[in-house]
Amino acid sequence: MQTVSSPYMAKNSSGGAQRDPMLKKRDDFEDILEERRNSSDLKYAVRCYAPVLYKGLTPCKANMLKSMVLQSDHLRYVINQVSQESGEAPDIIHEEASVILEEMAHRLKISTVRFFAFTLTKAFKTLFQHICVNEEGIHRLQQAIQEHPVVLLPSHRSYMDFLLMSYILYTYDLALPVIAAGMDFMGMKFIGEMLRMSGAFFIRRSFGGDKLYWAVFSEYVKTMLRNGFAPIEFFLEGTRSRTCKSLTPKIGLLNIVMEPFFKGEVFDVHLVPISISYERILEESLYARELLGVPKPKESTSGLLKARRILSENYGSIHVYFGQPVSIRSLAQDKVNRCKYNLVPRHIPRKPTKETQSFVTDTAYRIVRLQEDSMVLKPWVLMASILLQNLEGLELSLLTEQTLWLRGLAQSCGAFLDWPDHTPSAKVVSSSLALHRGLVCVSGGRVSLVLGEPQGLVTPEEALFNRAVSVLSCASYRNQILHVFIRPAILAVAIHNAHYCPRNEVFNCFSFLCKMFSDEFILCPGDTVQDFEEACYLLVKSGSVQTLQQNIVVTDRGQSTLSFLNGLLESFLQGYQVR
Amino acid sequence: MSATVHCFPRQEIMKWNGWGYSDSKFLFNKKGQAEFTGKRYRLSGMILPSLQDWFENTFGASVKQHKSPPSLNAGALPPANLNEAFLQDLTATGIPFSHEADDRVFRAHGHCLHEIFALREGRGFQRVPDMVTWPNCHNDVVKIVELACKHNVCVIPYGGGTSVTGALECPPEEMRCIVSLDTSQMNRILWIDEKNLVARIEAGIIGQDLERLLNEGGYCTGHEPDSMEFSSLGGWVATRASGMKKNVYGNIEDLVVHIKVVTPRGVMEKSCQGPRMSTGPDVHHFILGSEGTLGVVTEVTMKIRPIPEYRKYGSVVFPNFEAGVACLREVAKQRCAPASIRLMDNEQFQFGHALKPQVSSIFTSFVEGLKKFYITKFKGFDPHQLCVATLLFEGDRERVLQHEKQVYDIAAKFGGLAAGEDNGQRGYILTFVIAYLRDLGLDYYVVAESFETSVPWDRVLDLCRNVKERIIRECKERGVQFQPLTSCRVTQTYDAGACVYFYFAFNYRGLADPVHTYEQVEHAARDEILANGGSLSHHHGVGKLRKEWMKESISDVGLGMLRSVKEYVDPDNIFGNRNLL
Repeated sequence: MQTVSSPYMAKNSSGGAQRDPMLKKRDDFEDILEERRNSSDLKYAVRCYAPVLYKGLTPCKANMLKSMVLQSDHLRYVINQVSQESGEAPDIIHEEASVILEEMAHRLKISTVRFFAFTLTKAFKTLFQHICVNEEGIHRLQQAIQEHPVVLLPSHRSYMDFLLMSYILYTYDLALPVIAAGMDFMGMKFIGEMLRMSGAFFIRRSFGGDKLYWAVFSEYVKTMLRNGFAPIEFFLEGTRSRTCKSLTPKIGLLNIVMEPFFKGEVFDVHLVPISISYERILEESLYARELLGVPKPKESTSGLLKARRILSENYGSIHVYFGQPVSIRSLAQDKVNRCKYNLVPRHIPRKPTKETQSFVTDTAYRIVRLQEDSMVLKPWVLMASILLQNLEGLELSLLTEQTLWLRGLAQSCGAFLDWPDHTPSAKVVSSSLALHRGLVCVSGGRVSLVLGEPQGLVTPEEALFNRAVSVLSCASYRNQILHVFIRPAILAVAIHNAHYCPRNEVFNCFSFLCKMFSDEFILCPGDTVQDFEEACYLLVKSGSVQTLQQNIVVTDRGQSTLSFLNGLLESFLQGYQVR
Repeated sequence: MSATVHCFPRQEIMKWNGWGYSDSKFLFNKKGQAEFTGKRYRLSGMILPSLQDWFENTFGASVKQHKSPPSLNAGALPPANLNEAFLQDLTATGIPFSHEADDRVFRAHGHCLHEIFALREGRGFQRVPDMVTWPNCHNDVVKIVELACKHNVCVIPYGGGTSVTGALECPPEEMRCIVSLDTSQMNRILWIDEKNLVARIEAGIIGQDLERLLNEGGYCTGHEPDSMEFSSLGGWVATRASGMKKNVYGNIEDLVVHIKVVTPRGVMEKSCQGPRMSTGPDVHHFILGSEGTLGVVTEVTMKIRPIPEYRKYGSVVFPNFEAGVACLREVAKQRCAPASIRLMDNEQFQFGHALKPQVSSIFTSFVEGLKKFYITKFKGFDPHQLCVATLLFEGDRERVLQHEKQVYDIAAKFGGLAAGEDNGQRGYILTFVIAYLRDLGLDYYVVAESFETSVPWDRVLDLCRNVKERIIRECKERGVQFQPLTSCRVTQTYDAGACVYFYFAFNYRGLADPVHTYEQVEHAARDEILANGGSLSHHHGVGKLRKEWMKESISDVGLGMLRSVKEYVDPDNIFGNRNLL
């Protein structure tokens, strides 16, 4: 068993300072690969799998689902509507709907899952050192699955995510999810079908105005939810984040899964935020290149086979944290008046009201923040943050010292750090450097980023490109800690700009920056006042600033913290041309 | 000053702190067996061998933990706040009145849990009527209301006292003298018009008396609310009551042809008894459902029908509640509902079983066993899923049989199996004794209540499931130590929806304030009903219990309309029971 170092795990969370992030209670982790290394993979793949199911489940096969969807009042209504608008016969539209559904639907089969259980075990054992899961979270999930329809909402950093999710659920004998996946996977001939049989259903990336598509899609998801067919899994961020920074949530699917609750078709729906943290992401260098404009390789089976070489590398460990299930019923209390749904038949699609829309948006942000909160951060993330502010490199001893300083700051801001217990800090630093030797090199006691091949072998353009790849790769690690510091960092920038630091001026500047960065970081619109309070609280607590009457004053020892926080946002501010 | 003391029989034979007749009640005898005392009901004098097990298993209660209620403590009663001038004038009219403690307490409440609980705990009420008066006819009521206006006293009309909405409770903030106007002496049928099949009836008449008297002449109204043993015609009008057999006879608003009502502004009545009119909004509808806030209904012309030639009970077993609801929906769609059709859920089905009397012969028990075997083993019904619909057909024999076949054919399409007349009839007998069971529960630390709603067909199942689930959750969150009983039945079908009736009970041992807990749960359940497209009430009314939801139920403007009527009709709030608005 492996425990995430947790000096900040409060033994008693009933203390007054509820908002103190250091008091967050978090579960311990268990390595699920350990057992796999000591027993037969085949046995594991063919073992008895009997998950607990939703108590209100109406058992049905994947095929029955399809006919339920096609015969639903909702779809019949939209088919007639489309038929009237287009002049096409309803039968033809119905046929169209049936084709869409065929293209979309999953064909979850336990045999395929077993196949994946076998092959993934092999792959995981070579790729990763540990796959750590919080078992308490699993137990909570198991409870939730029995009681209510459950929606799994993992963070999305890698293709690995959904295979990994299903793999973990299979391991713990939990109901396998059906997963909303982008259509691009379907391009991979054989793999696409395999994924389909392991529970993926495919949706087009954009279908804005297509009423029929939307109807088929939403009815399909809702039918599965209402019947309790399986937990539904999708990525709030919509796509993989190439930067390791959470993307602002898309609310379309969230809206769909909430509707059955609003309309009273189910008693409640539980949302489960899941944080998947990779020590190294498989797509690491791919992402950096993508960000630099090298087109994303089209998903293809042969591409995947070529990617085999990654199997020879060490990708460290993965932490998967299953968060506390969030009840939509409790969240919606006093925020959404369900009576609004009484006056129109429930199968007639309607645009969500403003009230509902803002509730869904709020919830989406809340969930992404919960995901962020439980992201496990490795020491390397701290080191990358420091290295990026010292691109010319720095002494190993200085790096170690600063990393330790940052560790303290991060912990006081509530970061979920995986800092090994009982290991000398020098060793922690050096083993991190070793794992990331592709990005960083140590020579003559100095640590610096690897900035491409030696001069002369490549053209200056290539050299520049390689340098950019290194910086971006490194930034993707730094980005992992941004959510911990984002509010204090914006405050630091605001203080920097407001000369005499009267509180209201600082707030105005803070608020401007929040608005500006609303697509860059997870800053829930409407939470600005709260965010400001939180930022002040954290900086005051760390002794960096003091509030005197209506002024915010930077303390002497706060200078270094503030300058680090400023540096953290420097590249973003430059990107937005405000600096 | 001398108060005229009158002894009216009803009060003598009825419980002052529970439901119904004093001689009729459930109890666990020395052997621990349940029995129902008295001679009034089919179940009276019978032993109910399965009730104890059901009771103990369902509630985690024990028949050894008995809790007897105290006797009436007249001393605890707030002193009568009498208006001397009013009293003098009233004495002059010769209309009987009283300010005896037991007369006042008897009329201070309806049958909400909190009311009965307060009586049983000997806590009584913050405010009770200061006096009771018994008008004998319409003119007496006119005199009383005139005097009330003249002397500014508050009048609360009292009919059968079966309210379950807190409608009879006196507002604690009422400083004026409160007069309970008991209509029980206005209980005559004034005339019967056989040509038009209507009867003129005084509004104080009690349901069962009305039916009995009409039956003597070969007629009936067919209006049979579950409370008909005790509730009054005026009360039905004032709450928009609904009867079990409304499918044939209609609800009270369909049955009423003419209403005479005494208000502080004067008497309101229509000038003719035409069967339907287009004369602006129907003023009857200001009175129907007015819950005693506008005046006293004194006389009503009501439709009557010849007593049906033939009556037949029936029942159908369904594999589950969903199938049952689907069947009722189809029956409603084909507009072929029998006089009554009710669908009990599985909990209620099991409860009904617990109330089966001791089987008299080995043969009956053998037949029962066979039936059970057939349904559960042969047909594969899950005893924890199946549910029962009870049916009542009325009409001429041939048509009843035809009708019966039609309904059973529909039922068969939904997997329903005919389950015999006996089961059906027992279902309807239970209707009348079920209210007595709450008193039994209270004897053993179990609180219970019922509430109802009406809801469109497509939401019936969702509403039933969500409300039950909400109750269970709320109980848990509020520290109820035992699993509550939640049960529902669909009691009426309409073209566009159904009436759903819920029962809810729990063992309250370990709770500091069980009534408060109970009220919080019921409140949450009502919120849930509204959020699921259900109405605030189908037939119980609003009273004071559900006032807070009126605005969202009928909109600001709607509420304003009702208020303006109240302001015109009763500017001084003489009818000050503060119901509804």
